[in-house]
Amino acid sequence: MATKREKKDEQILARMRDLAESVITGFREKGNPPVMIPQRSLSNSVFDEENSIIRMGDKLQERVFFHQGQAKRFMQTFLVATACKELLDVKKTTSIRDLFYMTKHTLARGENTFDDQSESDPVLEDLEVTLGALREELHLFASNKGTMVGNLTLIDSGDTIDCRSMGTGGYGIPSIVEEHVIQFKKCEADFVLIMEKDAVWRRLNEDKFWKKHNCIMMQSGGQTSRGVRRMLRRLHDEKNLPVYVLVDNDPWGFYIYSVLKFGSINLAFESERMAIPKARFLGLSSFDREKFDLPSVVTIALNKEDEKRARQIMNYPWFKDKRWQNEMKKMMDSKVKLELEALSSRGISFISEKYLPEKIMNDDYLE
Amino acid sequence: MSKKTMDDLFLFTAEPPAGKPAPQDPPADEDTSDVIPDADAPDRHETGSFMIAGTDNLFGELWEDAGPGDGGPSAGTDQRVPRQRPRVKAEEFATQQREISISEFFAKNKQLLGFDSAARALMTTVKEAVDNSLDACEDAGILPTLIVEIVNLEDNRMCVIVQDNGPGIVREQIPKIFAQLLYGSKFHRLRQSRGQQGIGISAAGMYGQLTTGKPMRITSRIGERHPAHYFELMMDLKKNRARIVKDMIVDWDVGHGTRVEIELEAQYKSGRQSLDEYLAQTAVANPHTEIFYTNPRGEKLHFPRVAMDLPRQPEEIRPHPHGVELGMLIKMLRESPHRRVSASLQHEFSRVTPRIAEEICQLAGVPITRNPQKLTGDEIQALYKAIPQVKILAPPATAVVPIGEELLRRGLARQIRGAEFYVSRSRNPRVYRGNPFLVEVAIAYGGELQGLVDHGDPGDIAVAGVSLDQEKTVASALLDLPGFTRKKVAECLEKSGISPRKRVKSLEFSEIAQLRSAYDTYARQEADTTSAQIIRLANRVPLLYQLKACAISKAIMDMNWRRYGVTQPRGGFPQGPLVIMVHFASVWVPFTSESKEAVAHYEEILEEIRLALQDCARELSGWLARKVKIKANRERKSLFQRYIPDLARSLAVLTGGKAKDLDGMIQEALEEYAEQVALPEMVDLEAERVPVNAFDGDGDGDDDNDDDNDDGDDDSDSDSGDDV
Repeated sequence: MATKREKKDEQILARMRDLAESVITGFREKGNPPVMIPQRSLSNSVFDEENSIIRMGDKLQERVFFHQGQAKRFMQTFLVATACKELLDVKKTTSIRDLFYMTKHTLARGENTFDDQSESDPVLEDLEVTLGALREELHLFASNKGTMVGNLTLIDSGDTIDCRSMGTGGYGIPSIVEEHVIQFKKCEADFVLIMEKDAVWRRLNEDKFWKKHNCIMMQSGGQTSRGVRRMLRRLHDEKNLPVYVLVDNDPWGFYIYSVLKFGSINLAFESERMAIPKARFLGLSSFDREKFDLPSVVTIALNKEDEKRARQIMNYPWFKDKRWQNEMKKMMDSKVKLELEALSSRGISFISEKYLPEKIMNDDYLE
Repeated sequence: MSKKTMDDLFLFTAEPPAGKPAPQDPPADEDTSDVIPDADAPDRHETGSFMIAGTDNLFGELWEDAGPGDGGPSAGTDQRVPRQRPRVKAEEFATQQREISISEFFAKNKQLLGFDSAARALMTTVKEAVDNSLDACEDAGILPTLIVEIVNLEDNRMCVIVQDNGPGIVREQIPKIFAQLLYGSKFHRLRQSRGQQGIGISAAGMYGQLTTGKPMRITSRIGERHPAHYFELMMDLKKNRARIVKDMIVDWDVGHGTRVEIELEAQYKSGRQSLDEYLAQTAVANPHTEIFYTNPRGEKLHFPRVAMDLPRQPEEIRPHPHGVELGMLIKMLRESPHRRVSASLQHEFSRVTPRIAEEICQLAGVPITRNPQKLTGDEIQALYKAIPQVKILAPPATAVVPIGEELLRRGLARQIRGAEFYVSRSRNPRVYRGNPFLVEVAIAYGGELQGLVDHGDPGDIAVAGVSLDQEKTVASALLDLPGFTRKKVAECLEKSGISPRKRVKSLEFSEIAQLRSAYDTYARQEADTTSAQIIRLANRVPLLYQLKACAISKAIMDMNWRRYGVTQPRGGFPQGPLVIMVHFASVWVPFTSESKEAVAHYEEILEEIRLALQDCARELSGWLARKVKIKANRERKSLFQRYIPDLARSLAVLTGGKAKDLDGMIQEALEEYAEQVALPEMVDLEAERVPVNAFDGDGDGDDDNDDDNDDGDDDSDSDSGDDV
């Protein structure tokens, strides 16, 4: 396997060199050589209905140096590539945060190559799609995000982790959860429950919900990271566990679910190994307010931004399913949104003792 | 006497009325009895007995039949004497008139020659000596190197020393040239030269003598094999003759050349009419000249040579019939040695062929066989009227020599440093009153306005190129700078947000930068409301006085500069960071007075100046309009340049190449890219320009790559507009 990885490294190094050579040739001919970058945009996202995932189209975006708006990005692209090459050369892996610091320095007039990480991350994504290499193949990882507990024992870089005894904090899901890092040892769970809210996860963990209902619980702290998504997908694929998703009842919550299920526009090239078309949307549904008799005082009015986002989501081709449209319409009509915490208005453990068991037992979910 | 009277009558009918500037008509100023018709006669001694009639005429005063009171033009107070009385005394006056020497006359009328104040006397003296030196060098084919030194003496006296590397003067001529008025080689010819009358240097010597009683000292040597002669000369004002005080051979380590020393009552002034300014302008107008100058303060200034070639020697020509004035025509025909009027016309004028002479005579109804000396006034009038109706080739352009567009610009760029835009234009020669002339204009615009010297070192804070005193407060240090007022200091400090009480030495680096930019803004605003600096040149001689009286100024003020994007108050000079230089070159410069300070307002001359100004202004306005774009372009280029090192390094790491090579390669690609971006504009310009060969006297190149030019409708090829 090591040789396989080394081979992959070689391959990627060669692709980087080719990319640089092509640009040098262009400059030598006094031209303005482009770097062709697959577009990471909605217009270049194709919904693969057969597999029910979002794929990246074949539209390319030209990035040239001699263009006022692109010059810096062009330089940054190669700066990041150089940093990745260094990592590959020394066979070390580091965080994208590190990458930001590796490539950040000051140019003339106090200008920095990168001002903050939000500037270097998209450049790295550009490089991933351009080279056709995954982040981990470039020896990079994101910071850990997301935690998990449940009836699972796994091996992380040789250490055995029992997710049943993780205390109140849970096991931090690493950025790279591929087989060479993490292997599943013993899995007794019946399903996986993923939620966007850490607070809800803590409540359920304290109530030992996973023990009672024999499951694995994850929280992603908002939009799911690649590590979380990949972990879910592996559990889903390898252990045949259904995945239930618990998010706020607002457009953003719906979109988190959407990403888990179909893949994201930005990382459409990763959909194939990350999307879980069979992920189940458990809640909060727009209809739960009535179903569970939640007081209207816990609702929050939709703001302009929410409505705009809702309309956008309703237009996504993968959201065209009638049930989804109904969900969204219901939310738009009622003009309110609900947070997961709203369930606590019915009692502090309402979610773990009533809401979730009822929903799961009744198969009250969308798929 | 009767013939003379008739002449005079003719002359006066031909003259413009008094008060209106008249072109100088050299031969007409002389008593006919003394005239030697051959204009080339070099050694005339008769000029001393200058007739009142002539002098009177010279200064454009009306001649009352028998003349006023004591007959001297200086005593023009008693002109309204009843006619009968002067008739009785006329002969008596006539005898007195002969006794008045021209030297005496000029001694009483110094102002006419530019010696009316101590300051102007200094200027005029240097000017005359420098003019003579440059003319002599050029005539002899020597690249001029001049040493000008003004030594401060006591009692408001100064000693003017002008030394050249010219051909030198033979011993016998020295006294006449320097101590005899109206003696010279330039008076009798029609050729573009600096001096015209031969009054200048001797008048300067005379002024010196009158104010200090000291003789002028001349050293001259004509070559290595000849001794250097040293003269001390005084002037006999009555006889207009030199009185030789000393005549000796001296040791002189100069191979050839002439040195003039004149002691005079003088005053040195600084500013726009200073000697420093005059010499700087002389250097601009004469790019082939090198000048070493020591001013009365002991400061040494060096004006290096810009051009290594002498300007083409202007050819001597005869007058052209078009535009000749009646008086001139009368004189020329009267003095012609030929027997037939047709022959006279052919030989006295340029461009008159036998056929043309015949045509003129025919039109005038004058038989071609008439003896020109015997023509009646009516006949001459008829000829005068006929001439303009006949088509005659323009006068030979070889008689006037331009400075040349490229040298004009280079010369101007040397003196007016830091401007952003320079443009120049040489017009083709034209004719006024039978004299070929040409006009050249150069304009410098905008720029750093003696930009703040950016030392980068906080220990050496300089604003406007002057270091600030480290120990003082910022306010008082700024106040020490030239041209700073309390108001200006306060504004600068307020704008830069610096406490006036802060010490200069404790200024932060960023504060210095703010201070400089505040000053810059202020200076720019100030420059925008300051009138343009006008540099006037006549036959390569700077004109510093009588600005408002000059045709050059009139042409500049009459033009609508606002049309070209330059501010201009109604009827005034344009304003802004602008320098306008106009060179008028002609075989005969029509000065408004003998002090040679202003060009007379001839319609033809005004028109040519206007056209040349318009040519330049068009380019300027095109440049102004494009300035914003150019600036954006430059910024864009620098944006790319900022990222090139990192890009090159990255590419080098990825491919194993050399960062330095890649850097150079990308830079080259950038140049190519920048050129391509600018290309469409340039192609348009080339297509619009109609190439017509301009008269290009000293062969200055016109192959500059002028990417800042616009201006499609000019009628001469241009080679200007470098963006410096």
